[in-house]
Amino acid sequence: MNRRVFFAWFIFGLLAACAVLAAMKPVHAATPEEKAAAEVKIDNFSFSPTELTVAAGTTVTWVNQDDVPHTVVGTGGAFKSKALDTDDKFSFTFDKAGTYAYFCGVHPMMTGKIVVK
Amino acid sequence: MNQEKKDVIVHDHNHDGVDRRGFLKCMAWAGTGALCVIDGGVLKSYSMGRLPKMGHPAGELSFVQISDSHMGFNKAANPDVVSTLKVAVDKINALPQAPEFMLHTGDITHLSKADEFDTVDQILKEANPKDVFYVPGEHDVLDDNGAAYLARYGKGTTGAGWRSFDKKGVHFIGLVNVMNLKAGGMGSLGPDQLGWLKNDVKHLKHSTPIVVFAHIPLWSVYPQWGWGTDDSAEALSYLKKFGSVSVLNGHIHQTMQKVEGNVTFHTACSTAFPQPAPGQGPSPGPMTVPAERLRSVLGITDVNFVRGHQALGVTDLALG
Repeated sequence: MNRRVFFAWFIFGLLAACAVLAAMKPVHAATPEEKAAAEVKIDNFSFSPTELTVAAGTTVTWVNQDDVPHTVVGTGGAFKSKALDTDDKFSFTFDKAGTYAYFCGVHPMMTGKIVVK
Repeated sequence: MNQEKKDVIVHDHNHDGVDRRGFLKCMAWAGTGALCVIDGGVLKSYSMGRLPKMGHPAGELSFVQISDSHMGFNKAANPDVVSTLKVAVDKINALPQAPEFMLHTGDITHLSKADEFDTVDQILKEANPKDVFYVPGEHDVLDDNGAAYLARYGKGTTGAGWRSFDKKGVHFIGLVNVMNLKAGGMGSLGPDQLGWLKNDVKHLKHSTPIVVFAHIPLWSVYPQWGWGTDDSAEALSYLKKFGSVSVLNGHIHQTMQKVEGNVTFHTACSTAFPQPAPGQGPSPGPMTVPAERLRSVLGITDVNFVRGHQALGVTDLALG
């Protein structure tokens, strides 16, 4: 086999390997750590954590653990939940990077922020 | 309380007809059930213990305020809000002077659900006063911008449900301050309602007694917990000319009073569950008390107006 042919097969193999790896690992998948962290607890009339940073493409889930209903309303209008009673959940997937401020539509002094990187 | 002769307080130190020291003394009694009647600018107070003997102070207009029934709530602070609302109705029906009508200052339901509204309607039908005037709380307008609430109680109202009416020369104004709430804010009246209010009172005589009722307090009780209304100052400016303005609110699930010039602010107890005093807890949420104490921290408010006097007598009555 001459060197050029060998080199061509080498590049081909390399590209094939890359293609296989790329197919296996999508660029924006959240890691298990990120998935576990993408939860906001609602309790005692507050969002916890008040500010959460996630990777683009992460789905954030709010869980109401308070004994009164709350809602989750993005101030920019990007998302709005129905009334969440105790144990109800609301999820939203943040595809675009940016800072998303939100508040509770029923108790507007409750505010929070999702920072998407 | 054995303060027979001392019950009538007449100290007009500032010569403006307002007995402030007497008022403060009265407020100290309020927790034990005191009836305070402003009579010609002078405060008269009667301890509840004496009332049955002397009869209820004669009033020309008598009505009751109930608030925060939260029908549908079933957590630890009160697993049975139906029972406590029924006790409130019994209390109303037992009043010595039958109220002509009732005001409900909102959070009728807990989750704005149809069956919750229905249940309250059924229970209140058992009350002697057949007319009930409502204003919504934030729990009554979840998800639908108040559509369900307005379908039931919107008749005769404008916008999000505000309205005014007259009873025996007293002008009642029901305001809605739970719509279009802004992040980080408190209650909100909004420009449309404020414009309506300005117009509504424009031609009224200054001597007309005014009663304003709204869910969230119209003064800043505790902004950190959302206990206040961002644009209430403008509303109150339209009422400055009146000699007697009484503001009746709910939302905070405890009684509180404040006097500012000619305006007396008063908040009512809930018939469902109590909430902590401002700052005295992690949040303004439902506060659990021992079962045997529950009824003592719930209540209704009885109001009497005496003609010819700048009078609005407000009495808070616990459920038990």
